[in-house]
Amino acid sequence: MTHTSTAVPESTAGEPPENTGRPVRTRRQFREIGVLLAVVILITATWLHNPGFLSTQGVRDLFLGATVLVILAIGQSLVLITKNVDLSVGSVLGLSAFGTAALFAAFPGLPVPVGMIAGVAIGLLCGLFNGLLVTTVKVPALVVTLGTLYIFRGLDHWWAGGSQINAADMPAAFLRLGRVGFLGVPLPALVAVIVAIAVGVYLSHYRSGRELYAIGSNAEAARLSGIPAGRRVVLAFALNGALAGLAGVLFTARYGTVDSTVGTGMELQVVAAAVVGGVALTGGVGTIFGAVLGGVLMTTITAALPIWQINPFWQQAVVGVLILAAIGLDRLLALRTARRLRGGGARGA
Amino acid sequence: MAPDKTVPAPDRERIRATAPESPIRSVLSTQGVPVLGALIVVAAIAVLFVDMFGTPRNVNFLVLSIAAIAMIALPMTLIVITGEIDLSVASTLALTSATLGLLWESGTPLETAIPIALLLGLVLGAFNGFLVTVCGLPSLAVTIGTMALYRGLAYVLLGDRAVASYPQDWVSGVRQPFLGVQGLPWIAVAVLVMALLFAVLLHVTAFGRSLYDIGHNAEAARFTGVSVKWTKFWLFTLSGVVASGAGVFWTLQYGTSRADTAMGLELQVVAAVLLGGVSIFGGVGSVLGVMSGVLLLGVIRNALQLFGIGSDVLQIVTGSILIASVVTPNIVARVRSRRTSEVPTGTVPGDRPLNGEKS
Amino acid sequence: MDPSEVPPPLALVDVTKSFGSVRALRGLSLELRAGEIHALVGENGAGKSTLVKTIAGVHRPDTGRILVDGDPTVFTAPADAQRAGVAVIYQEPTLFPDLSVAENIFIGRQPRTRLGTIDKARMRRETAEAFTRLGVDIDPDRPANGLSIADQQLVEIAKAITRRARVLIMDEPTAALSGVEARRLFTVARTLRDSGAALLFISHRFDEVFSLCDRITVVRDGAFVSCDPTAELDVDTVVRRMVGREVTSLYPKEAAEHGDVVLEVEGLTRAGVFADVSFSVRTGEIVALAGLVGAGRSEVVRAVFGVDHYDAGGVRVEGAALPAGRPKAAIEAGMALVPEDRRHQGLIMESSIGRNATSTRRRVLSRFGLLRSRDERDTARAWGERLNLKYGHIDDAVATLSGGNQQKVVLAKWLSTEPRVLFIDEPTRGIDVGTKAEVHRLLSGLAGQGLAIVMVSSELPEVLGMADRVLVMHEGRITAELDRAQADEESVMYAATGQRPSEAA
Repeated sequence: MTHTSTAVPESTAGEPPENTGRPVRTRRQFREIGVLLAVVILITATWLHNPGFLSTQGVRDLFLGATVLVILAIGQSLVLITKNVDLSVGSVLGLSAFGTAALFAAFPGLPVPVGMIAGVAIGLLCGLFNGLLVTTVKVPALVVTLGTLYIFRGLDHWWAGGSQINAADMPAAFLRLGRVGFLGVPLPALVAVIVAIAVGVYLSHYRSGRELYAIGSNAEAARLSGIPAGRRVVLAFALNGALAGLAGVLFTARYGTVDSTVGTGMELQVVAAAVVGGVALTGGVGTIFGAVLGGVLMTTITAALPIWQINPFWQQAVVGVLILAAIGLDRLLALRTARRLRGGGARGA
Repeated sequence: MAPDKTVPAPDRERIRATAPESPIRSVLSTQGVPVLGALIVVAAIAVLFVDMFGTPRNVNFLVLSIAAIAMIALPMTLIVITGEIDLSVASTLALTSATLGLLWESGTPLETAIPIALLLGLVLGAFNGFLVTVCGLPSLAVTIGTMALYRGLAYVLLGDRAVASYPQDWVSGVRQPFLGVQGLPWIAVAVLVMALLFAVLLHVTAFGRSLYDIGHNAEAARFTGVSVKWTKFWLFTLSGVVASGAGVFWTLQYGTSRADTAMGLELQVVAAVLLGGVSIFGGVGSVLGVMSGVLLLGVIRNALQLFGIGSDVLQIVTGSILIASVVTPNIVARVRSRRTSEVPTGTVPGDRPLNGEKS
Repeated sequence: MDPSEVPPPLALVDVTKSFGSVRALRGLSLELRAGEIHALVGENGAGKSTLVKTIAGVHRPDTGRILVDGDPTVFTAPADAQRAGVAVIYQEPTLFPDLSVAENIFIGRQPRTRLGTIDKARMRRETAEAFTRLGVDIDPDRPANGLSIADQQLVEIAKAITRRARVLIMDEPTAALSGVEARRLFTVARTLRDSGAALLFISHRFDEVFSLCDRITVVRDGAFVSCDPTAELDVDTVVRRMVGREVTSLYPKEAAEHGDVVLEVEGLTRAGVFADVSFSVRTGEIVALAGLVGAGRSEVVRAVFGVDHYDAGGVRVEGAALPAGRPKAAIEAGMALVPEDRRHQGLIMESSIGRNATSTRRRVLSRFGLLRSRDERDTARAWGERLNLKYGHIDDAVATLSGGNQQKVVLAKWLSTEPRVLFIDEPTRGIDVGTKAEVHRLLSGLAGQGLAIVMVSSELPEVLGMADRVLVMHEGRITAELDRAQADEESVMYAATGQRPSEAA
C-alpha cells in the first residue's frame, strides 16, 4: 500500500471481463435470431404441410394480418425501452380507426391524405396526453395508461354512440389503399416495413434514440448525464400514440367497416409481441427488429393453427406459453451472462 | 457529545403527551380514510338525488355486481403491497368457470365440482407463484402471460359455447338474501367476513407486517428473517384460490359458463385497489381503503346508470377517477414539500450499484 | 508558478448548505489548483458528500460562491458543472448497464456524421484512445453490465478525459477496490495531474492520502478546519483535527471473561467469493474480521447468518449444526446480524421507528397470533430508553433519524431477540463521533455480559481498539489470526494486502 509510485500501468485488474465482450454482444442478436428461426421453421413446416399456406392470397393475408400488430409493437417498444408501458394502445387504435372513418363519412369530399393524417393526429394527441401525465405528475405509466385505456375507449363509444361505419361511407381511393400492393406485398405491410426501418435507424443511430435506452437502463444516471429524460419519455409516448393512430387508419382502410369496439384487448397482444421479440419490461433492452419478429411470430401462429387442424381456440393459450417462454429465456440468458461476466473476478478465491 | 444531525433533541414531555394510541385510531390513521370519505359523500349524493338508488332492489343489484371484484381485490391488495401484481385473476375466474361447466355437463354433482374448481384455482395461482419466486421472473410479465394462457385454456375447453344448464336452486341460491333482509344478499355478508379476515391478517399479524416490509425493502425484510419467496408464493396461490371462488360464484350468479366471461375484470380490480390507496410501488395500502375503492367505483357506476348515463361516459369517469386517485396525492405531496424546505432523502448518486437487479 | 497569479480552475468560497434544520455545510472554502492532487479528509457526516454534490451541481449552495477560473458561476444542474469542466467519479459509478462502454462515455454527445447519425467508428476509436491514455484494456463495445467497480471508475475517468475535464473529483474511489486496482487508479491520477488537471481526492485511507496528494484539507461538522501541504502534516495531526479531540477515548474496551465456544464455522466456501473460512468464537469474546473492502468479510458473515448461500463447509451454534440459507433458523439459534448497509439491509426506511425496532420479535409479541400496536410501541420505547435513542415520536419514519440513531434502532431490533452471537458489520459507519463511542461502549458491555460478537470493520483503529482477536481476510481467505497483543496496524495491513513484512518497506 505504501509504494504506489513504483506501480506501472498494468492491464485492467478485473481480468476476465474484457475478453467476454463479444459473446455478450451476440447474446442479444442470438435472442432475435431465435425468434426469426422460430418464424422460419413455423412457416416452412406449415407450407410443407399445406402448400396453400404460401399461395399469393396466403402471403397477402399473412402480411396484412401482421401489419397492425407489428406497427403497434414498434410503438410499444419505444415506450418499453424507457421502462414505461402503454396499455392504452388498443383504445387509441380504436379511437383513431373510428375517427378516420367518421371524418370520411361526415365530409365525403375530404382528400384521402387529410383523413389519414387526422387519424394519426388523433393517436399523437392521445400519446402526448399519456406522456405528459406520466412525466409531469410522476405517476407510474401502468396506472396512467390503465386509466386512459378506459377514457379513450369511453370517448370512442361516446363518439360512435353504438353506430357502425361501413365501406360505402368512405372514399374508394382510401379503401383501395388497403388492397393494392407492390410485388405481392400489400401497401399497409409496406408502410409497416418503412416504419420499422425508420424507427430502427432512429433508435440505433441517433442521439435521442440512444438516450431512450439510457433512460430505461438507469434513470438516475441519465439525470446525472444531463439527458432531458422528461422530454424523451414524452416523445416516446407521442410516437407510440402516432403509430397506434397510423395502425388505426390502416385498419379502417383494410376492413372498411368499423365500430367502437375495434382494438379492444389489443394492448396485451402488443405487449406480448414486444416481449416475445426480446424487448424487456424492465427497460433499456430490445430492438425494433425483435419487436417486429415478435409480432410476425404471433400472427403466423394464428394463421398456421387452422392449417394444422388445431382448434383455433388454442391460439390464445399458445400466446400465453410463448410469453412465458420468452421471459423465461431472457432470464436464463441474463443469468448466464452475469455469471460469465462475473466469473472468477478479482477476488477469485 | 456531538449534536445530533437530523432530529432536534426531543422534548420528553411531548413524547409522553402524544402517547395514547387506541387500536381503532391506528386503523383509522391508515390510508383508507380519504377514499372512505369520498365513498360516503358519493353514496349520500346518490341516495338524495338519484331515484331508485336507495331501494333494496337496486342495492341488491349493486352488491351482486361488485361482489366478485371485491373478493378478488382482497388478495390483490396483499400482492400489490408486496410490490407485485397479478393480472391473471380474471382468466383464472374464466377457466374455473369453464371447468365447472364441463364438469357439470359430464354429470359431476356441483358438490364435487366446486371443490375441484377451487383446487384448480389453487394450482393456477401456485403456478404464478412458482414462476415469480422460483424462476425469479417479474410478476407483471408472468401474469400477462398466464392471463393469456388461462383464458386460452378456457377457450380450448368451451370454445364459443356456453353451459347454462345449472340447477335453478343453486342459481337462485347464490342470490338469496341474508336472513331474509332485502337488499342484503348473503354473498355481501360473505365478502364482508372475508374482508375482515384479510384486514386482521394484513393489519394485526406478524405476517401482515412483513408484507409491508417486503414492499418497502425486500432485502431488509430478508435480513430480518422473513422468507420473501415463500410469502409471495403463498400470496399468489391465495389469489388463485380466491379468484376461482369468485369464478364459482360468478358462474352460479349468472347461471352460465362462457370462455369470455369477466373479460377485462383484472383491470377493474387493479383500478379499485389503486383507487383504494394502495401504492403500485408496494409498501402502502389498507383493506379498508380498497373495499371503499371497490364500493366507490360500484356506486358511481350504478348511480350514473340509474341517471341514464351510458356506458361510454361510465368508462371515461372510471378512467378519470383512477388517474385522479394517483395524481392527487402526488400533487398534494409536492405542494407540501414546496412549503417546507427540501430534505435530502432518496436518490443519491451511486445509490444503486450497477450490477444490482432492476426493480 | 505562483498560484495567486493564475486563478484556480475551481474554488469554493464560504459555501453553506442546509437541509431542513440540518446544516450540512457551514462556510466551507476550498481551492483546487491545476496540476495538483488535493485531499479532502473528514469523518463520515462531516459534509464531504454534500460538498461533492455541490461541486457536481446536484445541490445549490444556500450562500457562498463557486468560482470557475476566478469567475463566480452558478451550477443549476449537473450539466452546468460538466460544461465548466468538472467531472465527478463516485465511489460506485452510475453507468448504463445495458449500453456499451463507448456509449456510456459519449452518451448525449456522441460524435455525429454529416447526416446527424452517430459516428460509431469514431466513438469507438476515441474510446479506445482514452483507454490507451489511461493504460487500461477494456473493450469499447462490451456492455457496462458486469464491469468491476474499478473498471466502472475507469470508464468514468475516460468520460472525463474525452470531455476534457479540468477538475476531477474522486469521492472515496478506492473504498471498493483491491490493492492492485487502487494502485492502477493512482497511476492514472498522477498522469492526469501531470497533464495539468486539478484533482480532488476523498479517502479514509491515510496511507493513500499521504502518498498521493499534494495538499490536505480537513473538514469537521460541515466547516473548514485546515489546509496545508502534505509535507507539513502527519497522520496524528490530521486525525486530531478531524475528530477534534484525542482519539484514545473512543475505544472503552473492558476485559471480559471468555467462556465456551458458541459459534464454530468450518471450511465455509462460496465459489468466487470466499474459500475455506474457519473460525470459532467464545462467549464474551469480540472477534474482528479485518481486511480491505472486497476481501469477502461481509459475504462470510452473510453466509453464516443464512442470507446468502454457501457451497461447502458448515456452521455450528453451541454444537448444533445450523441449516444453510435460512436466516429464520439462524435467529432461532440465537444469532443476530447488524448488516453493513443500514439503508438497504438494516432498516425499512419508510416504516416507523417502533415497527423497525420490533420487526424481529413480532411473533413473540403476538397474542393468539394477533399483534397489538401498543405492545410494539411499548417494547420499542423501552429499548429506545436503554440505548439512549433520540427520536421525536415512536411512529415517525425511521428515515427521520440521524445515522447514529438509526444504527441504535438496528441494534434495538437485534438485541431485543437476546442473541448469543451478534454479527455486526461496520458498526459505526456513517455515524457521528459521540454515538460512535456509545456504540463501542455498548458492544464492550455486551461482551462483558457474555455475548459472542463478530465484528466486521474497515476502520483499523476500531478493530485494534475493540477486538480480543483479529482475523484478517485477503481475497476471500483468512490470512492471519492475531491476538489482541499481537495485532497492530502493520501486522493487520500486511495480512490484509497479502504482503509479507519483508516485501514492503
